[in-house]
Amino acid sequence: MHKEDFPMLEEDIAYFDNGATTLKPKSVVLAMDKYYTEHTSNIHRGDYDAAIITNKLYDDTRKLVKNFVNCNSDKEVIFTSGTTMSINMVVFGYMKKHLSKGDEVLLTKSEHASNVLPWIRLSEEIGIVIKYMDLSSDYSLSVESVEKAITSKTRVISIAHVTNVIGDVRDIETIGMICASKGILFCVDGAQSVPHIKVDFKKANIDFLSFSGHKMLGPTGVGVLVGKERLLDDMDPICYGGGMNSYFEADNSYELKKTPAKFEAGTPPIAEVIGLGEAIKYLMNIGMDKIHDYEVELKKYLVAELEKIPNIILYNKNSESGILAFNVEGVFAQETSIYLNHYHIYVRAGNHCTKMLKDNLNVKNTVRVSMYLYNTKSDIDKLVSALKNSQDIFKIVI
Amino acid sequence: MDSNLRREIILDNYQDPMNKGLLNDDSYLKVNASSENCIDNLDFMVKIEDNKIVDIRFDGEACAISTSATSIMIRSLIGKSVEEVRAILNNYKNMINEEAYDSLILGELNVYDEICKQPNRKNCALIPCRAIEQILEVLNDGENKDK
Repeated sequence: MHKEDFPMLEEDIAYFDNGATTLKPKSVVLAMDKYYTEHTSNIHRGDYDAAIITNKLYDDTRKLVKNFVNCNSDKEVIFTSGTTMSINMVVFGYMKKHLSKGDEVLLTKSEHASNVLPWIRLSEEIGIVIKYMDLSSDYSLSVESVEKAITSKTRVISIAHVTNVIGDVRDIETIGMICASKGILFCVDGAQSVPHIKVDFKKANIDFLSFSGHKMLGPTGVGVLVGKERLLDDMDPICYGGGMNSYFEADNSYELKKTPAKFEAGTPPIAEVIGLGEAIKYLMNIGMDKIHDYEVELKKYLVAELEKIPNIILYNKNSESGILAFNVEGVFAQETSIYLNHYHIYVRAGNHCTKMLKDNLNVKNTVRVSMYLYNTKSDIDKLVSALKNSQDIFKIVI
Repeated sequence: MDSNLRREIILDNYQDPMNKGLLNDDSYLKVNASSENCIDNLDFMVKIEDNKIVDIRFDGEACAISTSATSIMIRSLIGKSVEEVRAILNNYKNMINEEAYDSLILGELNVYDEICKQPNRKNCALIPCRAIEQILEVLNDGENKDK
């Protein structure tokens, strides 16, 4: 789908590492290029023509995000450096202020490090209790498991919408409804879902949604935190400086700007925000439902082809996303990845920052194929053909 | 070196590495070595007596290069004095980093003399080297404290 828009694909490569980062369409690169070559300026402080253009593009991106994830207002959209920063802002800017010793936070063992370590750190600091909800035999998270884990002390549920190794799609609308009915804060890590599937902030009753630009055709260095306005108003920034204060005086008095400006201290990643805006336009133009359906179709084809090869172990063949984790029997994941690179097939080997998932999966490292809209069945054929000949693996990698 | 022979030595040491598996023995010095660039993660334990390495054992998950390099390194270092070990490690590092080295003292470790052609695997080949160096540092710190 739209392969011609991605300059990197002019080379003979099959790019299957979209869970890590995605390729950029020409329109994104051009928009950023234009900022650097035609209207470089800082935002919200210049009265000259270039600054007016830049301001508009920057502010328009906030509106694009609002429409893209369907939140209530563009004031609920904060630009960050990525999902990791967004989650850290929530944990140390909001939760640290509002949670107390003994309050329970529910996570799962298939969460990415960025949705685990901030909570572990917070538990060290203020004594919150982290509990891991049970995963099903296919490593997915059922609504029943969520309900079972909730106690009178549960204050927060923080989960990925789509997990980055298993690729299971959590039923965030039902979980969000449960949270709303019980007064539990609902934090969603959208790093692997917002780029691939329609996410509706309002419909899913999300309190905080985090995602990254570079996993959705946009540039690195920019991400988003969407939060309910009343919560953001009551959240402290974790970074202070220019652009986020109304005044400060020698007697230590100061006043911060309102949401969202108070969370964007210093010069933000301006080119990156503009690039993100172009990426969102690109995705909306195609349609998120179409992208998701296409990826699921590709995955079904990939699974059917790989199941014909006897020495391939698949870990998540039924999850409804473009992510497939596998191993070649008896071969360390990294060797498989190096072998595939020989055929210009780019995959990821490792634990994919989900270091606790080994407890369920019984294997520490896997090869991950993560697909996106520009992958094709022909890319899959190339991968399958290389894996069929994997008896030669060590001749290639050593 | 003939590439088939090189591959055979590496594969033999990967598939049947020397001294894989840790012991429950407090007389060993222990260290973990992992790579920031890849997923290799190995635990090492080393026994040093009278300034001589008498045993090295390891365990963990790692690729063919780091596992085989660990196996060959263990075979090369057991029985050597700390000074001899330092000389082997320094020459080995120089070989991996494409600097001047003495191939005569490296023996079987010479199978990695072309690993520099795969820059992403240099760190894999260096894992056992870094682990033993850390052990020697611990030993050194301990000796300095004793003085």
